[in-house]
Amino acid sequence: MPGTPPATPPAAATANRRAWQAAETAARQSYGRLLAWLACQWRDMAAAEDALATALEKALALWPSQGVPDAPDAWLLTVARRELLQAARRSRLHASPQVQALLDDEPAHDVAPALPDSRLKLLFVCAHPAIDAAVRPALVLQAVLGLQAQQIAQAMLSSPAAMAQRMVRAKQKIRDAGLRFDEPGPDELPERLHAVLEAVYAAYGLGWDAIDSADGGEGGVAGVQGLRSEALFLADLVCSLLPADAHRAEAEGLLALILFCEARAPARRGPDGGFVPLAEQDTARWQLPLIAQGNRVLVGAAAWGAPGPYQLEAAIQSAHCQRRVTGVTPWAGIVTLYQRLLATAPSLGAAVAHAVACAQAGELQRALGLLAALDSPRLASHQPYWVAQGHVAALAGQRDQARTALQRAVGLTAVPAVRTFLLDRLQALDD
Amino acid sequence: MKFMLMFFDTAAHQGPSAEDPTAHYGAWGAYAGAMGQAGVIVAGHGLQRRETATTLRLRDGMRQVQDGPFADTKEQLGGYFVIDVPTLDDALAWAARSPTAATGTVEIRPVLEM
Repeated sequence: MPGTPPATPPAAATANRRAWQAAETAARQSYGRLLAWLACQWRDMAAAEDALATALEKALALWPSQGVPDAPDAWLLTVARRELLQAARRSRLHASPQVQALLDDEPAHDVAPALPDSRLKLLFVCAHPAIDAAVRPALVLQAVLGLQAQQIAQAMLSSPAAMAQRMVRAKQKIRDAGLRFDEPGPDELPERLHAVLEAVYAAYGLGWDAIDSADGGEGGVAGVQGLRSEALFLADLVCSLLPADAHRAEAEGLLALILFCEARAPARRGPDGGFVPLAEQDTARWQLPLIAQGNRVLVGAAAWGAPGPYQLEAAIQSAHCQRRVTGVTPWAGIVTLYQRLLATAPSLGAAVAHAVACAQAGELQRALGLLAALDSPRLASHQPYWVAQGHVAALAGQRDQARTALQRAVGLTAVPAVRTFLLDRLQALDD
Repeated sequence: MKFMLMFFDTAAHQGPSAEDPTAHYGAWGAYAGAMGQAGVIVAGHGLQRRETATTLRLRDGMRQVQDGPFADTKEQLGGYFVIDVPTLDDALAWAARSPTAATGTVEIRPVLEM
């Protein structure tokens, strides 16, 4: 701060900590907005990330002695832009026309303009069809939340080097192919939006799968442990960034879906860390406020009159949550919802779940028939299929088929708690 | 692509446990069965306990034979599979399903194709 004497060691330590906290706070709150704006302006996500990282380093170096600026965001933005300008001037010959224009226009003042929110544009770029689908969730997480390849790779069961390489290639593609940093036009929008929602849902799924890790996939810490809340934040953000029209319906469907999953999360494991299947979960551990919020969002989505797969999946989860209030699961209604889901968005997962719902609704023969009719190259390693087969065969009194299917399911299970559960079920068959 | 999956475990997980003897073979049998049914197995063997290992070296024309495994580490090789799958990610997915993933370490390496 101007005018203050040089800090003595204890005060310096406090100043350092405060500066670090301010930088960290600015980073957490503003990273997405700053990166998105820079990336969209310069049409280069990787360069924007580097520039922002440099700006953050400088903040940590300078703020302890200069004091934390009144507008930390603006400071970071100015420094990051200067980095990008310097890099661009060095390689001016190779700069795209848009960047050339920026170099010519760039004003000499230090005040950053009011930032329009470009995060939605950046999300659309990250989920662009030209980008490898496997890498889109990772890009989305990095773009808005600043997660690193290493953290994401752990969750996605990829080698960290391979994940980092894929992300580098994707960002090169974004830059070199000149992928448009504009929001898609009306005919493209539903499909492109669906890709964004898929990436966000995949990110939530990673956190969901991390339940047996140190903090169960929850918490506000960035990294694989915090993925669930980060993905929930993203789902909510996408809803708020979209204009208020029917396109919001599916985004709200995804938000509701995630809210219902979050509501039930505490009941997934027993006190000993054992796996608890949905039908046996203690509904008192399901969080009623989240269920209520999910239902409000879902009703709002339905009001747009633009049904879609995420709204249907949310409706199915809403139906499951009814057990908290009524004590029973409305299986017949769930069967109908799955039929509608399969009609608009067929998938192996939905087909298997549909068969299980039929079995739970009392239509055992139909369920067996549906499972037997499934034909996909992925069936051989699709764990849920074999769990379903085991469950339905056991209900139908077909012990040998149930045993074979459950054994297959065990061999395909990567989660130890689930493996233990299935082995117990196998044991129970013979009792 | 062919990958070798090498399963390294501690002594406690080399074989069935006293508390739950059937769980070990149940889990490994199911794992091998699933891989077999998926048609990915090229080869595989479980190895006998580490105490049955013998090491041989030839140094300065002298044969050195010792009891015990190659290195005295907590986690030792207990078995392997060679599988044929499209990508490393597929091999990783299978490695994750092994009982060893939760108790020890699985090393995955591409096989040298001649």
